[in-house]
Amino acid sequence: MWNKVDDILFLVAIGFYLVATVLYMLYIFVPSDNVKKGATTTLLTAFVIHGISFAARGVMAGHFPVTSLFESLSFYSWLLAGGYLLLELKYNLPVLGAFVSPLNLVMALCAFFVRQPAAPLPPALKSGWLTIHAVTSFIGEAAFALSFVVSVVYLLQERQIKKKKMGMLFRRLPPLNKLDDINYKILTVGFPFLTLGIITGAVWANYAWGSYWSWDPKETWSLITWLVYAGILHGRLTAGWRGRRAAIFSIIGFGCVLFTFLGVNLLLPGLHSYSRM
Amino acid sequence: MDIFVVGLNHKTSPVEIREKLAIQPEEIETYFPNLLGAKVRELAALSTCNRVEFYFWGEEDGVDEIVSFVCELKGVSSDELKKYLYVYKGEEAVVHVFRVASSLDSMVLGEPQIVGQFKDAFELSQKANLTGPFINQLMSKALSTSKKVRTRTGIGESAVSVSYAAVELAEKIFGELNKCVCALIGAGEMAELAARHLKDAGIKKLLVVNRTFERAVELAKELGAYPMSFDEFDDALLESDIVITSTASQSFILDKPKMEKIMKKRKHRPIFLIDIAVPRDIDPQVDEVENVYLYNIDDLEAVVEENRRRREKEAVKAEAIVREEAKKFVSWLKTQEVVPLIVALRERAEAIRQAELKKTLSKLNLSDKELKAIEAMSSSIVNKLLHPVLSYVKKNSVSGDTKRIAPIIKEMFSLEDKDEDKDRNQRK
Repeated sequence: MWNKVDDILFLVAIGFYLVATVLYMLYIFVPSDNVKKGATTTLLTAFVIHGISFAARGVMAGHFPVTSLFESLSFYSWLLAGGYLLLELKYNLPVLGAFVSPLNLVMALCAFFVRQPAAPLPPALKSGWLTIHAVTSFIGEAAFALSFVVSVVYLLQERQIKKKKMGMLFRRLPPLNKLDDINYKILTVGFPFLTLGIITGAVWANYAWGSYWSWDPKETWSLITWLVYAGILHGRLTAGWRGRRAAIFSIIGFGCVLFTFLGVNLLLPGLHSYSRM
Repeated sequence: MDIFVVGLNHKTSPVEIREKLAIQPEEIETYFPNLLGAKVRELAALSTCNRVEFYFWGEEDGVDEIVSFVCELKGVSSDELKKYLYVYKGEEAVVHVFRVASSLDSMVLGEPQIVGQFKDAFELSQKANLTGPFINQLMSKALSTSKKVRTRTGIGESAVSVSYAAVELAEKIFGELNKCVCALIGAGEMAELAARHLKDAGIKKLLVVNRTFERAVELAKELGAYPMSFDEFDDALLESDIVITSTASQSFILDKPKMEKIMKKRKHRPIFLIDIAVPRDIDPQVDEVENVYLYNIDDLEAVVEENRRRREKEAVKAEAIVREEAKKFVSWLKTQEVVPLIVALRERAEAIRQAELKKTLSKLNLSDKELKAIEAMSSSIVNKLLHPVLSYVKKNSVSGDTKRIAPIIKEMFSLEDKDEDKDRNQRK
C-alpha cells in the first residue's frame, strides 16, 4: 500500500489540475473574481499535492526521483505549475492560466500513462550532481514552456489587432507590450538556469564518465537549445528583436526544448538513455 | 397607492422641450416640497439633457398634480406638455426606473454617465426631503440593479466612439499609456478629440506637428503639448508610440520604405498609427511592416460598429436582469402594503394580553418565577393564535389580495382604520 501512495496522490493532483484547467478556461468567458480565486486555489492545491507525491516517491526511492521518463515529466509539469503560480502572483494575468494549465495537464497525463515503479538508481547516476543538474535544467526548461505559452498568446493577440477583428479574445487577452515584457523577463530567468544545467551536467559527466562533453544527442540538442535562446536574447538586446519575432523564436526554442527532452529520449540512443520508457 | 413614473425623454420629445423643462437643483429644494400631499406622498426627480422624469409613490391623480405643477413652474401649457409625456404604473414603472439607471434607456446604449446623474438626482431629492421609505428603496434598488447589469453583462465594455476606440486599441498594444508618447500630425476635430482622450488616459507626452509652425504652437498651447514643425516629422515618428495623422495632404506622407527605415531606427519598438485623414495620409502597405499597427478611419468605424452590435446583444441579458429585479421589488412592495395591518394586529393582541395580565396578576401573590411562567404562557397563546392569521395575510399580500383581505381582518379584530395617517405621521 505504502509504495502506491505517490501514485494515488499523483492521480488526485491530476484531478485538481483538470478542475483548474476548466476554471481557467471558464474565466475567459466569465471574468469574475470568484472564478479566478477558484482557479488559482485549485491549481495551488494540485501543486501542493503533486509536490507531496513527488517527495514521497523520492523518500521511497532514496534519491531525487528524475531518473525515468515518468519522473521527469511529472517533475516538469510540477515546475510548470509552480512557475505559472509565481507568474500569476507577480503579474495577475489569470487569462494566461487558460493556456498554461492545459499544457500542464497534458504533461501530467502523459506522465501518468508512462508511470512505473521507482527503481533503484544505476551506480553511474549516484551523485549529488544529479539533483543539481536535473533541478537547474528543469527550471530552465519550465521557464521556456511559460515563455512558449506567453508567445502563443502574444501571436494570438497580435493577429487580432493586425486583422482588425476584435473578438472576445481581444478584450480578454493582455496588452501586447505587457506580454512581450513578460516573455523577456521569463527568458532572463530561464536562460541562466539552462546554462547552469548544462555546466553542472558537464561537470557531473566528467565525474561519472571521465569526459566533460561526449556529443551525446542529448548534449548536442541542449547546446542547440542554448544557442537558440542565446540568439533570442542577443537579438533582443542588440537588434531590437521584439514582439512578433521574439515570440516566434521563443516558440521555436521551445520546440528544441521538447525535442531535447522527449525526442532524444524516445528516438535517439545515447548516454541519457536511462530516461527512456 | 403605487409607484408611478411620469416624464419625457430623448425618444418622445425634441431637445427644445427638454431644455425648457430642465429642472435646476435649487428648484427641487425650494419648490418641489410643496408638491407632497395625499396624492404624491414621496417623490424623486431626475433631470438630464436626455430626460426629465418624476418617480413618485402615491395615487394616480398625482400625475396630473405633477404635470400642472411643472407647467406652472416652467410656463408651458399642459396640453403641449402632454404630447410628449409617458406615464407608467406599478411593475412597468419599476422596470422603467431600473432600465434608466442601468443605461438601457440611454441614447448611447450603456453609456456610464447616467449612473452618476441618477445617484445625484437621488441624493438631491433626499436632501430636499421629497423621498420616503418607498422611493428610497426604489432608487437604491435601481442603483444596485445598474451595478449588477454592469458587472454581469458587457454592456459598457467596449468603446462606441471612434476616439475612444483609438484609446482602447492603444491600451491593448501598449498596456498602461503612462510611458507612451503620442504625436498629432495635422489638425482636425476628430484627431484633436482622440488626442485629448489619449491625454486623459495618461500618456506621457503629446507632440503636435503642423505644416505651419504657428498653427502647431497654437494647437499645442490648447492641448498642453509640444509643438514641432513639419521638418521634424521623422523625429516625431521616432519618438512616438502613437501617431494620429490628419493632414490635408493629397498624397501619402508616409509609405512602406520610409516606415521600414524608421522601424529599424526605433529598434522595432511597436508603433500605433491612426490615420484619420481623408484622403488618407498613410500608405495602407505600411501595415505590412512588423510591429506597426495601422488603423484608418474606416477600420476604427468598423470596430465601433462591432462594439455597438455587441452592446445590443448584451442589452438582452441586461433586460432580463432588470425584469427579474423589478419583480423582486414589486413583491417587496406588496408585502409592505400589509405591514400596517400586521402592526395593528400585533398591537391589539399585545394590548389585550397586557390588560388581562394586569387584571389577573394584581389579585394573586406570585413569586418571580411563577410570574415569568404566566407571562410566557400568555405570549405563547397570543402568538399561536395570531400565527395562522399573519401567515395568511402575508401569503395573500404577495398575490396582491391585500385590498380584499384587509377590511375583513380589520372587522374581525375590530381594528381602527388609522394606519394610513399613522404612516404619514411617522415619516414627518
